[in-house]
Amino acid sequence: MRRAVDALLRKELRLELRAPQAVPAMALFSVTTLVVFHFALQRGQVEGDLAAGVLWVTLLFAAMLGTSRLFVADHEEGGLDGFLLAPVDRTALLVAKAVAMFAFLAAVEIVAVPAFALLLLEPAPDAGTYAQLVLVLALADAGVAIIGTLVGALAVQTRARDLLVPLLALPLLIPVVIGAAKATTPLLLAAGAEAVPLRWLAILGLYDLVFGLLAYAVFDFLVED
Amino acid sequence: MDGPPPAIELDGLTRRYGERVALQDVSLAVPAGATLVVFGPNGAGKSTLLRVLATLLRPHGGTTRVLGHALPGEGWAVRGRIGLLGHAPLLYRDLSGRENLAFHARLHGVPLERAAELMERVGLTARADDKVHTYSRGMVQRLAVCRAVLHEPDVLLLDEPRANLDPAAGELVEPLIGAASGRTRIVTSHDPAGGLAEADLALGLRAGRAELFGLASQVDTTQIGALYR
Repeated sequence: MRRAVDALLRKELRLELRAPQAVPAMALFSVTTLVVFHFALQRGQVEGDLAAGVLWVTLLFAAMLGTSRLFVADHEEGGLDGFLLAPVDRTALLVAKAVAMFAFLAAVEIVAVPAFALLLLEPAPDAGTYAQLVLVLALADAGVAIIGTLVGALAVQTRARDLLVPLLALPLLIPVVIGAAKATTPLLLAAGAEAVPLRWLAILGLYDLVFGLLAYAVFDFLVED
Repeated sequence: MDGPPPAIELDGLTRRYGERVALQDVSLAVPAGATLVVFGPNGAGKSTLLRVLATLLRPHGGTTRVLGHALPGEGWAVRGRIGLLGHAPLLYRDLSGRENLAFHARLHGVPLERAAELMERVGLTARADDKVHTYSRGMVQRLAVCRAVLHEPDVLLLDEPRANLDPAAGELVEPLIGAASGRTRIVTSHDPAGGLAEADLALGLRAGRAELFGLASQVDTTQIGALYR
């Protein structure tokens, strides 16, 4: 299993570095959307629940772009068949794709979160706020990566991939958006950041666990004939 | 006393795509080490047969046994013992030839030296670090041959394996995928004389049905030609 995950992950990251598809599209979408929010909201700053909502809607829609592209090279160039011919656990593909998606999201957030702070936050968050935000981002990204991998594997087999991904993924990700927005809101208060409520972190962690197990149970059926 | 079980044994194999029947009631047995050549017009079911045997498609009826294991239930036991060379090379265009083979070598637990050795044998060493999308079709086919035999499979499933290869390239890959490889081989072909010459058994498919099956030495090219009319 570890050998297969290692092989798949190396391939995944190498392909993204060699012929970038997901990360640039997601990053560009995020920054553009934040610029549009900056002008559309007609104010130089947002705070609290509105700020959290703007951030998570932007990141979630950017994630849809990455999800649509997650299995395209494997499907169009036969890599999925090559993997299915190997004597390895199918779950290795789920793990490798989810880890790759998590890495792509993290890379996008390295660009998108500072852009968000620059365009829409006043004053800029301090280091402690960023540290707490990283924890929320990590828990939410794990859920997005798991759902993205499941939905991506299903949607790539259809012609309506770009339509199917948001239709399937967004309803499943509503709990992640709620949890992430609730956890982020105290960090973005104009009066100063407050501690992240542990309850929402626990909910995000539980979501990751439940959907991780669910993905483990059904992934074989998604990639096999 | 009975001999060893056939490497491939089909009894009434049926496979559908939705309502369309791609293979219907196909029965045959291929002994270990033998070559079966499969003829038939486009859409006859040749590629579907190979994909079922490769465990990529589930049979919908009948019994399918590969290396003594029933498919699809025991597919896990034969993956890694099968090499598939289909119409698609199963290679990533934006990775180099070496990176593609390294990927498959890691999946199969094969030393990376084996990949380098195979590239040398098919004359691709000088282009090993170039991206596959810069290769000619013949070079892609040679690399796909390397991928198919990388893990030294017991059974080779070859869908028109010499397509895109010039005579010199054909000679390079012959020891790897030809009869001399000593492997059980299922080879699709549209060349009656050439196909029969390299095979022990012949199968003729038309519209998913086995129209003929027997010793290649007892089949003549006119019978093969009739499949295409």
